[in-house]
Amino acid sequence: MADGRVRHWRAAHPYIATGVGLILLAGLSLFIGVGQLSFAALRDDPQALQLLIISRMPRTLAALLTGASMAVAGLILQLLVRNRFVEPATTGTSEAAMLGLLAVTIWAPSWPILGKMGIAAGAALMGTVGFLALTRRLPPEQPLLIPLVGLIYGGILGAAATFIAFQADLIQYLAIWMNGEFSGVLAGRYELLWLAGGLTLLAYLAADQFTVAGLGRATSLTLGLRYGQVLALGVVTVALVSALVIVTVGMLPFIGLVVPNIVSRIMGDNLRESLPVVAGLGAGLVLLSDMIGRIVRYPYEVPAGTIFGIFGAVLFLRMLLGRRSHA
Amino acid sequence: MIKVSELTYSIAGTPILHDINVTLPAGRITALIGPNGAGKSTLLHLISQQIPFDRGRITMGGLDLAKTTAPARALKMAVVGQQLGVASRIRIRDLVGFGRWPYNHGRPTPKDQEKISEALSHFDLIGLQDRFLDEVSGGQRQRAFIAMASAQDTDWLLLDEPLNNLDLHHARCLMTQLREKVDREGKSVVIVLHDLNYAISWADHVVALDKGSIAFEGPLTEVATTDSLSALYRTPVVFGDLAGKPFVQYHR
Ligand SMILES: Nc1ncnc2c1ncn2[C@@H]1O[C@H](COP(=O)(O)OP(=O)(O)OP(=O)(O)O)[C@@H](O)[C@H]1O
Ligand SMILES: [Mg+2]
Repeated sequence: MADGRVRHWRAAHPYIATGVGLILLAGLSLFIGVGQLSFAALRDDPQALQLLIISRMPRTLAALLTGASMAVAGLILQLLVRNRFVEPATTGTSEAAMLGLLAVTIWAPSWPILGKMGIAAGAALMGTVGFLALTRRLPPEQPLLIPLVGLIYGGILGAAATFIAFQADLIQYLAIWMNGEFSGVLAGRYELLWLAGGLTLLAYLAADQFTVAGLGRATSLTLGLRYGQVLALGVVTVALVSALVIVTVGMLPFIGLVVPNIVSRIMGDNLRESLPVVAGLGAGLVLLSDMIGRIVRYPYEVPAGTIFGIFGAVLFLRMLLGRRSHA
Repeated sequence: MIKVSELTYSIAGTPILHDINVTLPAGRITALIGPNGAGKSTLLHLISQQIPFDRGRITMGGLDLAKTTAPARALKMAVVGQQLGVASRIRIRDLVGFGRWPYNHGRPTPKDQEKISEALSHFDLIGLQDRFLDEVSGGQRQRAFIAMASAQDTDWLLLDEPLNNLDLHHARCLMTQLREKVDREGKSVVIVLHDLNYAISWADHVVALDKGSIAFEGPLTEVATTDSLSALYRTPVVFGDLAGKPFVQYHR
């Protein structure tokens, strides 16, 4: 059964590569930053340990959780819309979440963070449902129309958010929500992201359902999938993850777009196989962006969102141009 | 059997199907024929409950299909549509494997594996099983979807123009497979066909649709005649005999 072994190895090595990569990155991340930290210091200096526990570890975890959950949210959205070029930042989801956040900030500024997040998630949900309703009207032969319409739709919601924020003198908040970065992450200020991580795990439990949904409504129905329920589960997951990320660290565009596309190229869209790799690669790339952001202008920091934006844009362009063979 | 009674369906006020009353016999191959736009695909969609209808009733062995749930229906009938646009990258073997999903919901048993391998080999997909769906030809993709429906192993199999992209070898293989399913396993097949020669060579029963109504229906040998077919397609169709087998000539 040499053939079987080859197949097993081919199936296993993306997991091994992502796992090893993540461990190395996470280990490195703990020792990079403005405060000096070394193995020796950890043993002798109680303050060094404090730094590790209060700042470095939370920051590393926050980046990992954000990356993993945003990448998975993008993947789910792409399968449900059946379009490779969508992600929460191109479907109005993020902008709608920001509108929701603005509303609570104006009318109920004293609400606990969980309540604010809830409102943001509700708004994100409405925004996404609105986008899905729009895409229903688009001809399926024109795949690029969907992200285009999504960008315009998101642009309109974003403009409304800017206008309201301007009127209410909350522009600086908007800037924080729009630029994802991890420099402010400390123990006690990022834990909501574990919820996003949990949602990613939940999505994995429904991996087969999402894969079947990705084959389209007709195939889903003939296989007995409760298509409406899966669609609802997916949209709620995407909205919640987007809202959680925006509330805690700010929006990180391109991750949900680029990562699922890279993984799909290599492993395909059977989520049961590919979802762990999508999550791992998303986590790794966001953490790497954050680490680069800590180093390039040391001792100043560049937001992870900016770094990934550069990466992501280049990768995305390559993806678009490399489509020739598929047309 | 599948019994369609008083089925009427319209889109935005335009009638597509009107007052359809027809019985699709169990344990037979039924050819659904008729000109473009006659409503064949629509009828299949209605039977498989992919689109809701407001007037009429469709039953399978006495069971009102509109009252069944999607998971329950998936154990009774498999459907392969006319349009198989696919945006996702799934390996052929995984796709065929999803044919067993209604039974195992993702935990394949040895019996499932057996059915999957069987379907792959019946539709000549063994060499392609590790390929992605978007990296095979149109006909190969079509065979993969048919193999998935075949692995689903339901009493009823509904196929909308499955011969569309198949070469003559694979078209004949498919018809042979269907014949075996019906004759050996007692399954029932409804198949939309445009090539009348396939219909008269393989089907037991014919349902002809024209402009949203039943033009004629019944056992093949009784209803498929020069007159009925010529009138249905508004084209001269001549019955003949070629190498000892019935043959229709309508090409020129
Ligand atoms: N979305 C739609 N809106 C309006 N009319 C439609 C729509 N879809 C189909 N029709 C019409 O319904 C009728 C039946 O279509 P259907 O697809 O069932 O035909 P068909 O018999 O399968 O044809 P073909 O042999 O070309 O596949 C056609 O006249 C078609 O124009
Ligand atoms: Mg049709």
